[in-house]
Amino acid sequence: MEDILEVKDLAMRFDKKTVFKNVNFKLKKGSMTALLGPNGTGKTTLINILMKLLVPSNGSFKFSADVSLGYVPQFRNIDAEYPLSIEAFVGLNAPVIKTDKTKKAIKRQLEETHLLGIKDTRMGEASGGQKQRAYLAQALLDNPDMIILDEATASLDPTAKEELMGLIKHLNQKHKITVLFVTHDVPLAKKYMKDYLYLNHGTIQQGKMDEFKGDYE
Amino acid sequence: MFAYGFMRNAFLASTFIAITCGAVGVYVVARNFSFLAHTLSEIGFAGAAFAVWLGIAPLWGMLIFTLLGSISVGELSMHSDQKESAISAISALFIGLGVLFLAISGANSNYATNILFGSIIGVDKQGVIHLVVLSIIVLLLIFAIQRPLNFDSFDHIGALAHGVKSGLVGVIFLIALAMSVSIGAQIVGSLLVFILLTLPPATACYIGRTIPTMIAWSVFFALIGVWAGLYLGFITNLPVTFFIAVIEVAIYLITYFVHVVRHNL
Repeated sequence: MEDILEVKDLAMRFDKKTVFKNVNFKLKKGSMTALLGPNGTGKTTLINILMKLLVPSNGSFKFSADVSLGYVPQFRNIDAEYPLSIEAFVGLNAPVIKTDKTKKAIKRQLEETHLLGIKDTRMGEASGGQKQRAYLAQALLDNPDMIILDEATASLDPTAKEELMGLIKHLNQKHKITVLFVTHDVPLAKKYMKDYLYLNHGTIQQGKMDEFKGDYE
Repeated sequence: MFAYGFMRNAFLASTFIAITCGAVGVYVVARNFSFLAHTLSEIGFAGAAFAVWLGIAPLWGMLIFTLLGSISVGELSMHSDQKESAISAISALFIGLGVLFLAISGANSNYATNILFGSIIGVDKQGVIHLVVLSIIVLLLIFAIQRPLNFDSFDHIGALAHGVKSGLVGVIFLIALAMSVSIGAQIVGSLLVFILLTLPPATACYIGRTIPTMIAWSVFFALIGVWAGLYLGFITNLPVTFFIAVIEVAIYLITYFVHVVRHNL
C-alpha cells in the first residue's frame, strides 16, 4: 500500500511553549488510525496544521497527490434553537441552486449516515449522535479519500458511539476511505481502529492498536 | 390612498426596503449580529445628522457612516474578547456625534424626529429611485456570495474546516448590512430600522427549515409590517413606525408562543 500522508520533523510552538516537536509518521492509504493522547497534548493542534488552519513552527507534511480531505471538527455552534433541517445543514457544503446531481449526492450521504428518515428534523432538535452523523455526512459530500474526525464520540452515549463507529468502519471497508480518528477513549480505539499514533510528552509514537500500551501520564 | 404621489413613493420604497431587510436579516440573526444591527442604526443617525450639517441628503451621510462603522465594529469585535463592550463604546461615540451635528447644523427638532423615527412623506421620487437601486445592489451582493455566506453564517466552524474564506465573506456581508440599514432607515427611521433586520427573520427561524424558506418567510413578514403600517399610518395619521413595530413584535410573539406551546405538549 502506498502512503497517503507523510509528516516530517513537525514541531509547534506557541510563544515559548513547545506543544510538540520531532513529529514523524506516515499513514497508508486505506488505514484506520487512532490519534491518541491525553487532553492538552496537541492533538487538535496537529490536525489544524494538517488542515492548513495553522502554520507549523518547523517541519513539513505531504498528502499524496490529488487526495481529497474531509474534516469533522470537534466543536460546532449548534444550539437548541438552531433552525436548519438536517438535510439543509448537510447541503450547506453544496451549491445553493441544487441540481438533480447535487440532490442525489445529498440523499446518498443521508442514506449512508442513516439520516434519510429524519432529514427534516431541525439540527437543534437532533440528538448528539444524529448531529455527529450530520457533520460526517456534510464532510462526505466532498467524496473524500481520507477523513479526519476530532473527538467525534466525546459527548455521545454508548449506543450512539457504537453506531457512529460502525458507520466509520463501514466507510473504511466499503468505500476505502482512510480514517484518522482523534480520541482519548482507548477502549473504543482498541475495538475499532487498527493503528495508533500516540501524542504525549511533546512527541509522537506509532504502532498497531492491539499492541498499544500508553502510559497516559 | 394611491392617489397621493407621496404614498405611491412610500409604498414602492418600503416594498424594496422590506425585501432587502427581510433577506439580509436572515443572516443578521444567523450570525448573531442583532446587537450590531442595532448599533449600526445609531451610527446611521449620526451619519444623517452629519449630512444635514453638510446640507446633503441624509441617505448619503448614513451610507458613509454605516459603511465605516460596520467595518470598524466588525474588525473590533473580531479581535476583541469584549465584543459587546466594543460595540457599546462605538455606539456611544456615534450617538454623541449625532447629537453634536444636529445641534451645530441648527436643524429643528422636527427634522431630528424624522431622522430618528422615519417619515412617509420623507421620500421623493428621486429618493425612491436611489432606494430601489441601492436595494438591488445589496441583493446582488448577497446573491454573489450566497454559497460561502450560507455556509459561514449557519455553520461557521464547518465552513472554516472546508476552507471557506470566512473573513472576506464577513466583510462583504458587513457592507451589505450597512447599506440595508441606511436604506431601511428612510422609512422606519434610524432608531427602529433594526426591527426590520431582526424581527421578521427571527420569526422566520421558527417556521422555515431551509435558508430559502427562511428568507421567503422573513421577506413576507417584513412586507406585511411595512404595508399594513403604511396603510394604518395613512388612515389614522399616527406614525407609520409605531404600527410597523407593533405588527412585527406581535407576529414574533405569536409565533414564539405557538412554538413554545407546541414543544411543551
